[in-house]
Amino acid sequence: MLLIPCPWCGPRNETEFHYGGQAGIAYPDDPHALGDAEWAEYLFVRGNPEGWFTERWAHTAGCRRWFGIQRHTVTYEFRPVPIREQVTP
Amino acid sequence: MPEALPQHPEFLWRHPDPKPGYDVVIVGGGGHGLATAHYLAKNHGITNVAVLERGWLAGGNMARNTTIIRSNYLWDESSGLYEHALKLWEGLEADLGYPILFSQRGVLNLAHSLQDVRDGMRRVNANRLNGIDAEWLDAAQVKEVCPILNVSPHVRYPVLGATFQPRAGIAKHDAVAWGFARAADASGVDLIQNCEVTGLRLAGDRVTGVRTSRGDIAAGRIVLCGSGHSSVLAGMAGLRLPVQSHPLQALVSELLEPVHPTVVMSNAVHVYVSQAHKGELVMGAGIDAFTGYGQRGGFHIIEDQMAAALELFPLFARAHVLRTWAGIVDVTPDASPIIGLAPVEGLYLNCGWGTGGFKATPAAGWCLANTIAAGRPDPLIAAFSLDRFTTGALVDEHGAAAVAH
Repeated sequence: MLLIPCPWCGPRNETEFHYGGQAGIAYPDDPHALGDAEWAEYLFVRGNPEGWFTERWAHTAGCRRWFGIQRHTVTYEFRPVPIREQVTP
Repeated sequence: MPEALPQHPEFLWRHPDPKPGYDVVIVGGGGHGLATAHYLAKNHGITNVAVLERGWLAGGNMARNTTIIRSNYLWDESSGLYEHALKLWEGLEADLGYPILFSQRGVLNLAHSLQDVRDGMRRVNANRLNGIDAEWLDAAQVKEVCPILNVSPHVRYPVLGATFQPRAGIAKHDAVAWGFARAADASGVDLIQNCEVTGLRLAGDRVTGVRTSRGDIAAGRIVLCGSGHSSVLAGMAGLRLPVQSHPLQALVSELLEPVHPTVVMSNAVHVYVSQAHKGELVMGAGIDAFTGYGQRGGFHIIEDQMAAALELFPLFARAHVLRTWAGIVDVTPDASPIIGLAPVEGLYLNCGWGTGGFKATPAAGWCLANTIAAGRPDPLIAAFSLDRFTTGALVDEHGAAAVAH
């Protein structure tokens, strides 16, 4: 089980969290302006690197806040991201 | 008594050094890569082929799956592909001349809610329309097929019924890989282990070869069969796939006397169980929610899986978990594979099989070989192209995929 460092509550068990996938995926400003390929990219394609990955978790059984964090997808280590990236979706 | 496994010869294939070039290079020496090599040679006479494997042959998901083979998928496109696989499985031992211990003991897919019942009945009807053997069983009939299953109404998720596919079953996964490898090798295919692909060589928008830890290898046609690492491989050609890699765990018990006559899967409580030929209970879990390449998952997933298994099979309370492990599965948004041509000329994709690639091994190889030989998609895989995510023609098999994700 991962030990996830919630920036507000400190390290807690993974079972307290909900995974939110890649960070920094904003809803398109004007969805109607997107072509099929761009819409498919927004809907279906996410980063899937072997290495450091910036992602979102929600501390659902704790402070109930979303936050961004970096995790290494091979070693499963965590490291913090700047506060701005922690709080933006 | 449990069955004894057949002895196999000490050497099943050569260990050649890579040549400077091949007609076809297959990246990934798992089941799908080896099957592709076999059918390229057998069906099309294409033998100037190398299979490159960064570790040892069939040491990834081919060594880590729960070996369940079935074709009871909902949609026509999936039925065609998985039923083609099942028909190939039925003749595979004779084709490969190698024992694979394919045992057609049937599969039960349990329904625990009214919605499960409706979905299951719909799937049975869809299967029958596609010529696939399928029956709907009520709880008493389920008990007849699998007497150790608890069908009492007094559990948290009672068994209300199940779909049953009698021709489904299990096979010995290692033997399947060795059989394909031996046959491909005998046809002249080079199986090259400890050879990691580190890059693709491109000229304009077509591939010309691969860079590997054992030097550059030229090839005009390159097939990516890297399962969990498909995103990494496709990234070498500048492609971004709608694929997420997740850990998927499984476990075995110690060897037990035969108690479990079939295969039982439950989508709702996240467990699927069979008893292997030697006697160990083999159980699979749901995926870990996060993406990862670490080939290990969370223990709480195993705990949930055990809780579900014990409620369904009270008898298992006295069994012990001997070993747990994880593989890395590449999951697509519609739980169907991506197989066929890539937007880069000469490059072929075979990925996104997610939690269910083992059952498709012969069909994936067969159809990929046809696609490579003809230069256009085999009709059975035409619907599983990468561009379905742009056109919107998804093949949603989350219900039949049976592993929660």
